[in-house]
Amino acid sequence: MLSAARAARQPLLSVSGLRMHFPIFKGLLRRQVGTVKAVDDVGFDIARGEVLGLVGESGCGKSTTGRAILRLYDITSGRIELEGEDIAPLSGAALRAVRPRMQMIFQDPQASLNPRMTVGSIIAEPLDEHLRPSRAERRARVFELMDAVGLARGFANRYPHEFSGGQRQRIGIARALALNPAFIVCDEPIAALDVSIQAQVVNLLEDLRAAFGLTYLFISHDLSMVRHLADRVAVMYLGKIVEIAPREALYRFPLHPYTEALISAVPEAGGRRRARIVLRGDVPSPLRPPSGCAFRTRCPKVFDRCHVETPPLTDLGRGRRAACHLVGRPPA
Amino acid sequence: MLDGTEPVLDVADLRTVFRTRDGGVYAVNGVSFSIAPGEVLGVVGESGSGKSVTMMSLMGLLPSPPAEVTGGRVLYQGRDVRTMRKAELRRIRGGEIGFVFQDPMTSLNPVFTVGFQLMEPLRAHLRLSKAKARARAAELLRLVGIPDPEARLDDYPHQFSGGMRQRVMIAMALSCDPKVLIADEPTTALDVTIQAQIVELMRDLRAKLGTGIIWITHDLDLVAEIADRVMVMYAGQVVEHGPVGALFADPQHPYTRALLATRPGVGGPRRRRLRVIEGQPPRLGAPPAACPFAPRCRHVFNRCRVENPPRMPVGEGHDVACWWDPETDFPRREPADA
Repeated sequence: MLSAARAARQPLLSVSGLRMHFPIFKGLLRRQVGTVKAVDDVGFDIARGEVLGLVGESGCGKSTTGRAILRLYDITSGRIELEGEDIAPLSGAALRAVRPRMQMIFQDPQASLNPRMTVGSIIAEPLDEHLRPSRAERRARVFELMDAVGLARGFANRYPHEFSGGQRQRIGIARALALNPAFIVCDEPIAALDVSIQAQVVNLLEDLRAAFGLTYLFISHDLSMVRHLADRVAVMYLGKIVEIAPREALYRFPLHPYTEALISAVPEAGGRRRARIVLRGDVPSPLRPPSGCAFRTRCPKVFDRCHVETPPLTDLGRGRRAACHLVGRPPA
Repeated sequence: MLDGTEPVLDVADLRTVFRTRDGGVYAVNGVSFSIAPGEVLGVVGESGSGKSVTMMSLMGLLPSPPAEVTGGRVLYQGRDVRTMRKAELRRIRGGEIGFVFQDPMTSLNPVFTVGFQLMEPLRAHLRLSKAKARARAAELLRLVGIPDPEARLDDYPHQFSGGMRQRVMIAMALSCDPKVLIADEPTTALDVTIQAQIVELMRDLRAKLGTGIIWITHDLDLVAEIADRVMVMYAGQVVEHGPVGALFADPQHPYTRALLATRPGVGGPRRRRLRVIEGQPPRLGAPPAACPFAPRCRHVFNRCRVENPPRMPVGEGHDVACWWDPETDFPRREPADA
């Protein structure tokens, strides 16, 4: 049994050395011709009640990271400690037993809600799966959840197609909350919504975090929204974390050239505060990542060493880590 | 850029209705705007505000039925597009007026090479020979920043990344040196880094070719960066329109103000809570008789519920369709009847 003080200091989630590699098969004999290292040696902690933002371009591995942590995949290697317990090697009934503690909110509420089930039964499905409540308990809990996310109770017998995008996302959120999870992965929860609705859903996520003491991994390509919501932010590029830092520090003073370019590319209505860095070219194919630093093909500050040596994610103090040859200090 | 330059496109009181089994849907209700050569007009609003339908209607691109353009005048270089013969319209469309749509994967044909699709308008509109069209197609790909353009002409759309496909679409729209480019959310599906590339590219083109650009987007921050003038749409109407500086510094319409407040930025002070616009845009079974934003408006007067405000001037080239005056918090005084 952990002491209370130790439990408070222990991160809710601690990920280290996480790898998710997908084999590529080709030809008549389906021979393996390569590996996509979608997530390659990713590690971070999230404290209880904290929101970690995870940003990066499409295909950088941010969604795969979220899904791997929830063990929706059989991961290639790594440790995923949820409240001190490594859930990476679990399978079958043992894995099923930890699932209620971690949930997911998906990008597309249209695709993640069964069109043939009523709102009530969608929200109650996790209850039926894990708790087998009585009819009265089930009904009471569904109403409680609908109240929490701001859906009128009268909607319980309606079907998902009768709702707008924002309301559908509320249904998805109610379902994720059903089993009182400690940790929720929000995978681009607002990307499919209209601007005016995005703010509603983000405010709801903040309210719920405060009300239920939730911890989020908030995956998004929307850097302004991540700045609004997250306490710390991790930036991914080609399957690796290139920088992780407290929110304000990262946005005010990005250390990795990729973070700098990414933030400078976001349009700003209030007048530009920093010079725009326009990156040349596209993200390289993850099938054939560049040698050395993966970002070197687009980096405006590239030099000889970047071609041959992969920079490690280095601790720079004050909660900041970055993987760039330029920011480390020379050995004493 | 309105210093006496003749507008290349001038739209007045455009109206479009969709006739459905459940009655009419009034999507465009009297939209007027113009665009000068080399000017960028940003068009913003929520989904369903009529941004895209307006642009599709003015070039006669909507399927009829159900769509019917019921009124308005569209002048392209002084000639009325709506009364043009089909052949003449076809010559302008895709030639002198180019389109870029949001999703390049659905607007490119997957079974033809990119080169073939680029050469098609060149041969149809400019009547170039095959060899000349091919050379021009390669030049266009180089112009939009695609490396090794000669070789890429023989590739199929799926062999290009999302950003590259969007650049191909832009190359296609630019192929016949358009006077006007209508870009409907051209960067919405793309990453910010690629969006920044496309924005630079468009800026370059408007400077080099003097193309007038209509840029439809829901991203106000983006509009602030690219547009000379901004038009805010709601319920198929223009609710506010003005120079980009004035509109962002001094937004007049409650809808414009609310849209600006729903977005956090990457710089500046961090807001504790995001502003939300309660409710949804109306589904218009009839042309709006009252202000269509009144049910969601926090400054509503009685008058707003019975009378649809006209567009009233509030500054140099800046107008707003709203009865509320943010300066006094009283109803706005109507301009003297002409």
